[in-house]
Formats: sequence, C-alpha cells, structure tokens
Amino acid sequence: MNLYIDTSLVDWSRAQFALTAMYHWLFVPLTLGLGVIMGIMETIYFVKKDDFWKRVTQFWMKLFAVNFAVGVATGLILEFEFGTNWSNYSWIVGDIFGAPLAIEGIVAFFMESTFIAVMYFGWNKVSRSFHLASTWLTTLGATISAWWILVANAWMQHPVGMEFNPETVRHEMTSFLSVAFSPTAVVKFVHTVSSGWMTGAIFVIGVSCWYLVRGRSLRFAKASLAVGTAFGLLSCAFVMLSGDFSGVSVAKTQPMKLASFEGLYDGSEHAPFTVAGPIKIPNMLTLLATHKFTAFVPGINDLINGGYPLPDGTTALSAEEKMERGRQAVANFSAFREALREGLTAEAAMARGELQELMPYFGYGKIQDKAELVPPVPLLFWSFRVMVGLGGFFVLLILALLYLQLKDQILRFPLLLKVAFWTIPLVYVCSQAGWICAEVGRQPWAIQDLLPVSAAVSSLQSSSVKLTFFLFLAIFTLLLIAEIRIMCRVVKKGPEESEN
Amino acid sequence: MITYSFLQQYWWFLISLLAGLLVFLLFVQGGQSLIYVLGPSEERRRLLIHSLGRKWELTFTTLVTFGGAFFAAFPLFYSTSFGGAYWLWMLLLLSFVVQAVSYEFQSKLGNVLGSRGYRMLLLLNGFFAPFLLGVTVATFFHGAAFTVSKDNFADLAQPVVSAWASPYHGLEALVNPWNLMLGFGVFFLVRVLGSLYFMNNIEDQVLESRCSVKLVGDFVLFLLFFLTFFVHLLLTEGFVVGNDGVVGTERYKYLHNFLALPWVAAVFLLGVVGMLYGSVHTILSKSYRKGIWPAGAGTVLTVLALMLTAGYHSTPYYPSTADAQSSLTIANSSSSFFTLKVMSIVSLLIPFVVAYIAYCWHAMDRESLTLNELKGERSSD
Repeated sequence: MNLYIDTSLVDWSRAQFALTAMYHWLFVPLTLGLGVIMGIMETIYFVKKDDFWKRVTQFWMKLFAVNFAVGVATGLILEFEFGTNWSNYSWIVGDIFGAPLAIEGIVAFFMESTFIAVMYFGWNKVSRSFHLASTWLTTLGATISAWWILVANAWMQHPVGMEFNPETVRHEMTSFLSVAFSPTAVVKFVHTVSSGWMTGAIFVIGVSCWYLVRGRSLRFAKASLAVGTAFGLLSCAFVMLSGDFSGVSVAKTQPMKLASFEGLYDGSEHAPFTVAGPIKIPNMLTLLATHKFTAFVPGINDLINGGYPLPDGTTALSAEEKMERGRQAVANFSAFREALREGLTAEAAMARGELQELMPYFGYGKIQDKAELVPPVPLLFWSFRVMVGLGGFFVLLILALLYLQLKDQILRFPLLLKVAFWTIPLVYVCSQAGWICAEVGRQPWAIQDLLPVSAAVSSLQSSSVKLTFFLFLAIFTLLLIAEIRIMCRVVKKGPEESEN
Repeated sequence: MITYSFLQQYWWFLISLLAGLLVFLLFVQGGQSLIYVLGPSEERRRLLIHSLGRKWELTFTTLVTFGGAFFAAFPLFYSTSFGGAYWLWMLLLLSFVVQAVSYEFQSKLGNVLGSRGYRMLLLLNGFFAPFLLGVTVATFFHGAAFTVSKDNFADLAQPVVSAWASPYHGLEALVNPWNLMLGFGVFFLVRVLGSLYFMNNIEDQVLESRCSVKLVGDFVLFLLFFLTFFVHLLLTEGFVVGNDGVVGTERYKYLHNFLALPWVAAVFLLGVVGMLYGSVHTILSKSYRKGIWPAGAGTVLTVLALMLTAGYHSTPYYPSTADAQSSLTIANSSSSFFTLKVMSIVSLLIPFVVAYIAYCWHAMDRESLTLNELKGERSSD
C-alpha cells in the first residue's frame, strides 16, 4: 500500500488548483467584458468614421492587452494541472473531460491568438472592416473558450452523457450533445460570461468616473461611461436571470450545495430565505429554488439522514445507505476485475450487472465518514451573500449613473463618481465569491457523486505540491502587482494625448 | 471503414503533426535566446523582440492545443506523464508562464521587474522550453519510470491508477545522456530557425549579417547533437508489443520501424532535406532570405516522422522502464471509440483554422519589419 495519498496531499492539491483558478479568474472576466466593450466602441468608430472613437477604442485596448497577457499565463497552468495534480481524475473522466479542452484549443484559442495580433498590430496593415472583424473575433474566441471550459466545469457539477466501463476503468462518453449542451452548462455559461461582462462594464465605469472626478478627458470619459453603463445594465439583466435559473438547477442536482448556501439544516415545504442573522424572508427559498410556492427543500440534516420525499415520489436514502451501496459497488468492481483476469466470463458478467445497478452510488463507496459530505457551511453562506449583495449594489449603481447621465447631471455628484471608482475591486470580490460558491459547494466531490477529490489526485509527495503552490503564489502575485501598476500608469497617463 | 484502430492511428498522426508544428513554432524561443547575442544596440534588441512579439502566441496556443489534444485522444498519457513526471512538466510550464507576460510587460512603465528582468525571463524560456521539450520527447524512445494499475481504483487508501517509480518525478530524465542529446538538438535547431525567421521577417542589414554568422555555429551544433541522438536511436534496443500483447524489447527496433514503414522514412528524409536546404542555402547565398520556409516545413516533417516511428508498428510510444507491461501504446491509452469519433469530426475544422491563420499573417507580414516602422508605432503609442 502506498502511503502517498494523505489528507495533506489532497488539501495542498486543492489549494494549488484553487489558487490558480482564482488568479486566472481575476483576469478572464475583464477580457470577456472589456472585449465586448472595445468591440462596441470600434463599431461606433466604424459606423461614424469619427477618429475620436478610434482613439477611445485604442485606449481601452492598451489596458486589455496588459490584462490579457496574465490571463493567458495563468490559464496555461490551469489546463495542465488537471494532469499534473489530478492524474486519477484525468484518466477516470478524461474520455469526456478531455474533449472540451481540446475543442477549446482548436476552435477558440487559435481564433483569439491570431486575431488579437491583427487587432494590435494591424491598424495600418489591414482594412477598417477587417480590423473591426478581428476585434470582434478576438472577443468571440475568448467567449467560445469560456463556453468549452464551462461545459467541462458544468459536467463536474452535473455529470451526464456517459457510462462507467469497468474494463477500461473509466467513464466513457455516450452522448456528446448531452455533455456540450446540458442545461447546467448553458446556465453556467450565461451566468459566468455575463458576470465577466459586468466586470468589464464596472471597470470601464470606474476608470471613466475617475477621470470625471478629476475633470480630465471629459469627452473621452463621458463617452466611455455611456457605453459602460448601457452595457452594464444589459449584463446585470443576464446575470440576474441566469442566477435565478442557476439556483433552480443547483436545487435539483446539488441539493447539499444549496442547503449550504442557505445554512439550512432542517428543510421544509415553505423554506425561508435568510438575508443575514435573524432576518428571513418567509417562503422565499422554496420559491427561488423550485419556482413553486410549496415544495420541499431539504436541509443538510435531511440530506444526511434521508427519509424525505423526492420529487419523483420516492424516499431519499440516508448518507449511510448511499455509502453502504457505494462500498458494495466497489466490491462488485473488484469482483469484476478479478473474474476478468481469470477469464471467468459468467462471473464477470454478473458482477458487471450488479455494478451497473449500484453505479450511481460508486463514489459514495470512497467516502469514509458521512461528515465529509457536508461542505464548509459558513464559507459558502457568506460567499453567497457577498455575491448576491454586491450584485444588487452594482445594479443600483448602474441605474443611478444612467439616470444622471440622461439628466446630464453626472458631474454634480462627485461622491457617487468616487464610489463608482472604488467599486472596481468589489466586482472582483463578487465574482471570486461566485466561484467559491460553485467549487467549494461541490465538495467533497471532484465530480458530483462520482469521484471524491481524495480519489482524484496524483500520487505525489505533498511537499512537492506545497513547493509548487508557493512558487505559483509568488509568481502570480508578482504578475498581479505588475499588472495593477502598469494599468495605473496607463490610466494616469490618460487618453489626453489622443484627445488633442 | 472507420474502425477504432484507424482512429487511434489517425489521432497519433495528428498528435505527431502538432508536435512537429510546435517544434517549428519554437523558432520564437530560439529567437528569444538570441536577443542579446544578435542585438548590438537597444533599438535593434527592441526590433527583435517586436518581431517575435507578434508570433509568440501562436507557439503558445499550439502548446496548449497539443496538451488538450493529448488529453482528449490519449488520456492515459496525460494522466500518467503529467501526474508522474511532475517536475519536468512544471519547469516547462513555468518557463511558458513567464514568457506569456514578458512581451507585453517588458516595455511598460511600472512593470516591477524592469525591462531587463522580463528579457531575462524570455532568455530563460528561450532555453528551457526547447531543451525540456526535447528531453521529454526523448523519453518517448528511452522510456520513463512509471507503473499503471487500473485495479488500484478499487483501493480506498491508494486509488491512483498511474504511479511514478522515481522519487525525482521526471527530473531523472535529465541524467540520461541520450535524452540530453535531443534536448540540446532541439535547442540548437530552434536557434537556427530563430535566425532564419529574423532574416525573413526583419529588414535590417546589421541584424542580417549577425544572423548569418550565428546561424553557422548553431547549425553545426544542431547537426552534432541531433545526429548523435539519431544514430544512437537507430542502433539502440527499443520496446515492442508482441502479438500476445506482451511488451518486450527488440534490437534495432526504430531502424526496423523505418524499414517497415518506408513512407515514414520518406517523410523523415524529406524533412531532413528541407531543413538542410533552408539552412545551407541561407548560409551560402547572399540574397536568399526565405530559408525559414523549407527549414520550418522540414522541421515539421522530421518531428512528425520521429513521432510516428515512436508509436506505429507495434511500438509502445511511452515505454515504462519500471514495468514494461505498463508501457503505453496508442491502443491501450486512447479515448473510447465514441470520443475519438467526436474528436475526429472536430478535427475537420483544422484546415479551416490553418487557412485563416495563414490568411491573417499573409496580410500582416506583407512587408518586412523595419526600424522605421517600430519608431512610427512608438510615437503613436
């Protein structure tokens, strides 16, 4: 028996992945959002043929380039970490999970990397229409890339379109369309990409407001603010709508995650939504999670103890019962492998049949204590509130700014402009909180109900992973500091030169 | 008739082709390693960086796609090699991470490390990326120390299917001299390609004459390392999968592969001729500046043929020195028939992708880069 797989290895592997993913997600949302905003601005330039809009576009492109580079750097590690740190995961589900990553490379990354070069270096080399197309194709490439990686992530939250093959010891894809267009993937894509749009919008709004407060580059700032707020409002609508659908989806496929968001230990048919502390909105959780006025929303205790009615009329199993079935499934798997080795066809077929029946519980066979099945509730409870609360604040801010722009009163409210500027870091806090909800909420599973993280790791010394963790921490932090400093310089220098 | 076996062979072909394209595109790294050697002045160094700065993302994207395609088509390699040869891959990836920001950051104010700091990172990537990739590809022939046991998945305490048998997790590949031969061979190859690229992409007399001098030394060293590796490869004992599925060894295995697959040998020879023609013609001629094209195409074909000979003709492409029966073949490490079918349909998009890349760069590179263009861009910056 190998002693490598200890909790320290699992924890450090998780920490390293979380670190990489969180850093990556500091840069990607701005790429997604600012990309669309630049596209809109260049389109205005293309239609109006006014050089002012070309200069506006070029200013935001400078910031886009700085941010894009770090996104690319952190993304590389993320892709390969599936192999380096989650080796078992890569084999057990690589048959399904590898495809979206390869398609992402072939379809999206080449589009991004080719057209971004035309976007930056091609102003005087290609026609105006070719250039405009390149700007949009760069953003489209980034968005398609998001689609495929989110398909992969959605599949981890709600695995579909596959079956376990005990001969090859892996899950194998049976329906590509089910994987690529699962409702979970669609909702996740819209929610995530529109949150990236919101990040881009808040960024442009914040920087524009900074100029307005200082009375600098007023024409530029007002024009950028107008695009930022209009696009921001649209983004908010998508974020809220998809967030609502996301709640229903989580309630169906990951009830433990939902219960943890709410800190709901005992479920009910009229579950309230907890705003914070004792402040609760009666029946709201039931309505949000099921879109019905009366429906049972299970709490953490219900999910562990079972015995509550499921939507299909059956009664939920307890965690212990699922773990028992899981252990039986693992035993059937071993029996199948042994029969296969010894050439006992009939025994192998029988063990395989029994395994298939118990396969939905296979992952539970690797859970040693039912307490592992509950993710860290306080972290999720507060992350969820930070995400939703800040999201609501952004909507109000954008509405206020839009109103004042329409009334041409925007310069009379410098405090609001300052608030808008300081909202830039908050939009990052909001989207990080969103990912904490999504990923920590799935624990202890790497793939919901199929593969716990403890069975997904690579066989490494935890000291190696610790070392790479700190190496990445140092490098990514350095890159982040450099990026922020460079961006601040670019913003401080301002677009004035261009405006004159 | 599209069979499972056909698709496995097809995907090994695509992986090999991607590997060939990747090595060709490492001319960017080769160029990076030459920035200080070739650039006598700051403005010429800027010119070199600017020229490479337009292409680095193509190389980077090819690397990412290479990884993704390997994952999708041969997931057992992805899980075994990446999870096992941890440090080899991590060092390689880190060198690309620092490259990704260096082009954009090196000229910007407030960049923390200063312009020289980022250029040093480009130098690091310029050496380590081709060298470590060469060493890694060499393990496809000389083997790596791992075991694969799928039954482990039932084990609660140790469920990991692939395990590495060396505590150095990949770094042990660096003590095999034949791996190092290919590592250095690839390094000097991409330096040759880097010089050829500069001569084609930049119009500047000073740089051109320095490139043509540097080219000779790098070319000789490339030949030395590569030929040593290749002759050893032909004469060495290789791994073979018997008809009963048992992995054994065979003397002159790779020579036999070339003889048994004459079309692969032809691709290899064509590649070598292209590489030699592009380099030698540039060295000898005073006006020939298109050497990057035959040399680049030659590189793609040479690497393609080497990779094909690593995996075709009952050869395990990733032999295990710890347990021969754990060796990976294109049959035992591939995705399912269904997934390979899906991925093969997706692969039909590749010619379209290549076409738009070619179209864009044709439009962008119509005129060579000059110092004047650089000055023009800086004044509008």
